[in-house]
Amino acid sequence: MDLAIRIGIVLAEIAAVLGVVLTHVAYLTYMERKILSDMQDRLGPMEVGPHGLLQPLADGLKLFFKEDIIPTGANKIIFSAAPILVLIPALIGFAVVPFGRDSLVIGEFEITPYITDINVGILYILAFSSLGAYGVLLGGWASNSKYSLLGGLRSAAQVISYELPLGLSLVGPILLSGSLSMVTMTEAQGGGFWHWYVITQPIAFVIYMICAIAETNRLPFDLPEAESELVAGFFTEYSGMRFSFFFLAEYANMILVSCIAVVAFLGGWQAPFSFMEFVPPIVWFLAKVYFLLFFYIWLRATVPRLRFDQLMAFGWKVMLPLSLVNVLLTSIVKYFLNQM
Amino acid sequence: MPTDSLPSNYLPVLVFFFIALGFGVVTIIMGYLVRPSRPYAEKLYPYESGIHPETDARQRFPLRYYMIAMLFVLFDIEVVFLFPWAVSFDHLGLFGLVEMILFLLILFVGYFYAWKKGALEWD
Repeated sequence: MDLAIRIGIVLAEIAAVLGVVLTHVAYLTYMERKILSDMQDRLGPMEVGPHGLLQPLADGLKLFFKEDIIPTGANKIIFSAAPILVLIPALIGFAVVPFGRDSLVIGEFEITPYITDINVGILYILAFSSLGAYGVLLGGWASNSKYSLLGGLRSAAQVISYELPLGLSLVGPILLSGSLSMVTMTEAQGGGFWHWYVITQPIAFVIYMICAIAETNRLPFDLPEAESELVAGFFTEYSGMRFSFFFLAEYANMILVSCIAVVAFLGGWQAPFSFMEFVPPIVWFLAKVYFLLFFYIWLRATVPRLRFDQLMAFGWKVMLPLSLVNVLLTSIVKYFLNQM
Repeated sequence: MPTDSLPSNYLPVLVFFFIALGFGVVTIIMGYLVRPSRPYAEKLYPYESGIHPETDARQRFPLRYYMIAMLFVLFDIEVVFLFPWAVSFDHLGLFGLVEMILFLLILFVGYFYAWKKGALEWD
């Protein structure tokens, strides 16, 4: 009986998180279009609903009823499976993100603000997010289109190149908090914004943000889907729902890497000052995530795209040694601080 | 639920995995029931700006991509070593610090060797 109720709670939490994430993904596309159009001095979507607020719904419905085209010569099984392969890692990373502080206690059962707290939280997210590269590579290869193949190859090379500094930049916060669990990491940053790891690990934070943008294939690192040279990159041949899965995964990944940045560097749900703790923790969490998402969109409107050789050189010759040196310095400083 | 290594903490992850998989598969199947399907040869050609593709797309591609993948495997293993080291840093003391500095120095030697050999160049 106990077990049944606990599984029920887990299912309800997963449904809630999935629903919230998908809604946020839908409205992130709206937010992106609106912010971009504001920055370019135009109106953006205005037709569907007041100020175009129902535009994401209309887009979703349209994609749902679109014909699904599988090009001749494509490998049907891999072609069909690739979008789901990309979608799953983007969604299940949210299982370990702590959205707030307080558990909701009903009788003897408590509903935690995270789906589960495993002691390898960050490693789990990194492991699954690197599986997403398989979906992209296989999708690009299976399409039997030159643009798709090039996009898939580029994407795989880019994702694995920037995964190294990304993982290394997270070693800093792990060193300081002594834990891989996202919940423990957030709690270690309590007591004001000067305890956040962005203050003690500024280099790691900058490296993380740059790599996160490269990992999610966003501008200025959107080489895999550079529309002016590769049409749409690895999903050139995709249409309808399968296309929308790639799209969904990209935006869900954006939210996920922002969540990790908030937990690892910006104190998670912690308020910046103790007198501001009357604001619910979840509001702080969302505010920080949305700030980072806005930053992403802002970059897209501002920075031109890199060339591919520049991108690879930057990843291997600048980011990788910089993040290694950061790990070295952090560990030495921490050792001597422990001694004092 | 405190942080621990109980297998039951991993159960929600498994459940989430199957729900995400189900979400993908069910949405595709639902779409299959309502969307139109009117294929013809011209529509099914791989996109090449309106020109019929002459050759198969799966041709040879630059060796560079293999080099990057090989380097990635080497360095990723080292990143994986750093994670458990970082978690137990406080327990390892000076020994752990010196060990890791030596490890990273050896790695840097290999890194600069790869650089000088031109493995990081993209042209």
